[in-house]
Amino acid sequence: MTLGHGEVMTRREARAAQTSGAPTGDSTPPRSPRERPRVSPIGVLGELFITAGVVVLLFIGWQQWFNDLVVGQQLHQEGIAQSQQWSAGTPDVAPAVEPSPDPPPVAARAGLTERFAWLIVPRFGDDYFRPIAEGTSTTTVLNRNNLGHYPDTTMPGEEGNFAIAAHRKAYGGNLEHIGELRAGDHIYVETPAGWYRYSFRNLEYVQPSGVGVLNAVPQTQLAADAQYITLTSCNPFFSTAERIIAYGVFDGWFPREGGAPDEIADTVRVG
Amino acid sequence: MYGALWRVLPGPWWVRVLILVVLAILAVTALVLWVFPWFDQFVAPTDSTVDGG
Repeated sequence: MTLGHGEVMTRREARAAQTSGAPTGDSTPPRSPRERPRVSPIGVLGELFITAGVVVLLFIGWQQWFNDLVVGQQLHQEGIAQSQQWSAGTPDVAPAVEPSPDPPPVAARAGLTERFAWLIVPRFGDDYFRPIAEGTSTTTVLNRNNLGHYPDTTMPGEEGNFAIAAHRKAYGGNLEHIGELRAGDHIYVETPAGWYRYSFRNLEYVQPSGVGVLNAVPQTQLAADAQYITLTSCNPFFSTAERIIAYGVFDGWFPREGGAPDEIADTVRVG
Repeated sequence: MYGALWRVLPGPWWVRVLILVVLAILAVTALVLWVFPWFDQFVAPTDSTVDGG
């Protein structure tokens, strides 16, 4: 099956033969881009849908990740400002290593939605400094980047349970890393009077109706005459199926005059 | 739509790409600064409290 020398067709010749189009039987002239309708309604609709999809993905990324980083930095700066305002008038002292031997004062109860304390948890990062406001309203407290204090629970310094809630993601994601706490981790609550230190004890997962976690003695094996802190958030991530609960026990009081606790001095930047 | 935009833009291809990149940055900036914070209130928030319900 060898072709004679004269019958060999070069590629260029083959292409030329094709484009001249004689044997294809197609009578329409080749389409040129200029004759296409420039904008077709279906095409525009499709492009709008694609654009909307991209915008929705951007929004989710913004809400669940990017904005938490931005809000976290803002809250850290606000916390430092608040801390320094509360420390104004007290002499600068070196960070305190040991808690005060005195019993802690009872923190003053605040009006609903009012910020009255700040939470500092070294396990959540050096820049973790978040506001606690009174009440657990989603729209007026938790969605304003606050942790919310359950009004029916006690205040820091009182025997009983100081219980606060926050979002796991979005609106600052104030309890995003709640599941990473280890036994013995310190949880600090800062008020105008100073710093209450709690020691993290354990996690628990409960149904959304599990209000027992707010009891003055939140777990049966605990002593009845102690001071507890309870953090609640949603679990798992991006879901409201369960609640994740973190318990801590009060273990030290640092009055403002004595300086910020050594462990968090870099976070609060007072003294 | 985007094809029409491409044809409307002046200049060689790299100028058009540059213009489109700038437009995209402006659009995303406007979304992040104004549209997303406003839209946020309509998104069902996740509930992180315990209650009797």
